[in-house]
Amino acid sequence: MNGTVLEARGIVKRYGHVTAVAGADFDLRAGEVLAVIGDNGAGKSSLIKVLSGDVLPDAGEVLLDGERVHFRSPHDAQAAGIETVYQDLAMAPALDIATNLFLGREIRRKGPLGSVLRMLDVKEMRRQSREQMDALGITTLQSITQPVDSLSGGQRQTVAVARAAAFGRKVVIMDEPTAALGVRESKGVLDLIRRIRDTGIPVVLISHDMPAVFEVADRIHIHRLGRRAAVVRPGDHHMNEVVGIMTGALPPPAAVAS
Amino acid sequence: MADPVTDPVQSAGAAVVVRESSGTRVATAVDHVFRNPVLGPLAALVLACVAFSLFTDNFLSVDNLSLILQQSVVVGTLALGQTLIVLTGGIDLANGAIMVLGTLVIARTAAAATGQVTALLLGLLVCAGLGAVSGLIVSRLGLPPFIVTLGLLTILQAASRLYTRETVLVEEGPLTLLSGGGYFLGRFQVTAGVVVVLLSVLVLHYALTRTAWGRHVYAVGNNDLAAKRTGIDVKRVLLSVYVLAGALYALAALQAFGRSPATSPNAFPTANLDTITAVVIGGTSLFGGRGTVLGTYIGALIVLVLQSGLTQAGIDPLYQNIVTGILVIAAVALDSITRRRAR
Repeated sequence: MNGTVLEARGIVKRYGHVTAVAGADFDLRAGEVLAVIGDNGAGKSSLIKVLSGDVLPDAGEVLLDGERVHFRSPHDAQAAGIETVYQDLAMAPALDIATNLFLGREIRRKGPLGSVLRMLDVKEMRRQSREQMDALGITTLQSITQPVDSLSGGQRQTVAVARAAAFGRKVVIMDEPTAALGVRESKGVLDLIRRIRDTGIPVVLISHDMPAVFEVADRIHIHRLGRRAAVVRPGDHHMNEVVGIMTGALPPPAAVAS
Repeated sequence: MADPVTDPVQSAGAAVVVRESSGTRVATAVDHVFRNPVLGPLAALVLACVAFSLFTDNFLSVDNLSLILQQSVVVGTLALGQTLIVLTGGIDLANGAIMVLGTLVIARTAAAATGQVTALLLGLLVCAGLGAVSGLIVSRLGLPPFIVTLGLLTILQAASRLYTRETVLVEEGPLTLLSGGGYFLGRFQVTAGVVVVLLSVLVLHYALTRTAWGRHVYAVGNNDLAAKRTGIDVKRVLLSVYVLAGALYALAALQAFGRSPATSPNAFPTANLDTITAVVIGGTSLFGGRGTVLGTYIGALIVLVLQSGLTQAGIDPLYQNIVTGILVIAAVALDSITRRRAR
């Protein structure tokens, strides 16, 4: 159960003269929530973009289940089973929840209706959407046919997370999922993250929200100056120590926490 | 690995089940009816018809209604193409000019006795090709559709006059009958053009609401970055929309023959603006991502009903334009307000 699912070695990413990622390592293990924290400009977003196929690294390699992968676009990463929930949610507000869940992966009707007339199986998509919401214990949505623009920020986040959980067969990556949410809504999203982990899919959580990180993460990847400075367990270190390592005020511990 | 969607379901045993009570279900059903974007335009159309039938003698006559339907054919078909483009968040200023060039190409080829089928195919090729040109520039270079089609409009207006300065006459033949011929149901004339435009509306409505392509068109207009992130090939969707719109303009060109066999580079000077009017009154948002082709066709009918009714009520045609203009602004204002509410 403790094998490495997603791994990166020596990732380098430069933008012009700026080196955003300078030989960073990364590993995500089965069944864990790995928080990725770092100061602004530490290069954590660039690292995550490499993992989700959004940018191509200049050097280094990415391994999924021990095999080298080359993502040229987010689509490649998705096809490999890595789903990303972006900070500015990727949804079409005028379309309903079920339509958004299946956007780009629509299910067609069986038989000639689907193959010749390309008719969508709306019922099936709604049924699976409901099932997915039930499985994740999401009770805050009234109806699966509500348009997304009628939802609150937290509900939208819930839909985005549910979509990632539904299609992320290997890894779910979340970029600041609680940044725009209130306390109660944040708690809902953290619960969701735990439930996804409990279904066996490891989650990468990029966040500035330290209490949230300490509440939900199994391990914390601390990024500093374009590299992985340390990986710690939240139980072994106090929040202040972690922030100290992140800002360079404290020396990082030598070993990577397992 | 099992089905990715059902897989988490089995492992999450103690999940809470979402239940929709019958009360909320009725509420959502009612909500759906009121959210139906065709409702507003349809109500306006019915209201206008009722008003004119009260104030004029002839409005509800079979002759008049059949005439309105026939008049709706060319602009209605053009407006369907416009709707597709507006749904992606664009606008087409060149559709009238594309259609006019299409009519000239078809007419001259047919007049040169090269054969009616050749003429038809050539017209289709020219219109769809021009659609592809704007589509490629918009999707690959990322230029604003307003500017691209404005440029195309200017070019095509000149090109049409260079191509032919005179009016070309097409003799009655299979080509004109294809759109102009028809049957009488009593005194109600059903032309082939009317049948074709109604069929086009239904086919497009199906494609937009019941296929993945249609959902992608809405998604691209709604939030193209989001569409791209979910794996939709945004460039391909855009190109397909412009090419399909071009093909619809060719269909409109063909139908223009059925209405009048004389084609001239100066014909249909207001067609483009009429299509934008129909799209807007039909409830399609100029911001993209919201709207229906049914609404657009109803919008085209509303404009014609107003013109016909006001004419029969003996009102100066200039006032008709004023009314249409007010209607356009009102429709956009309504859209803008409802959008702001939704945020």
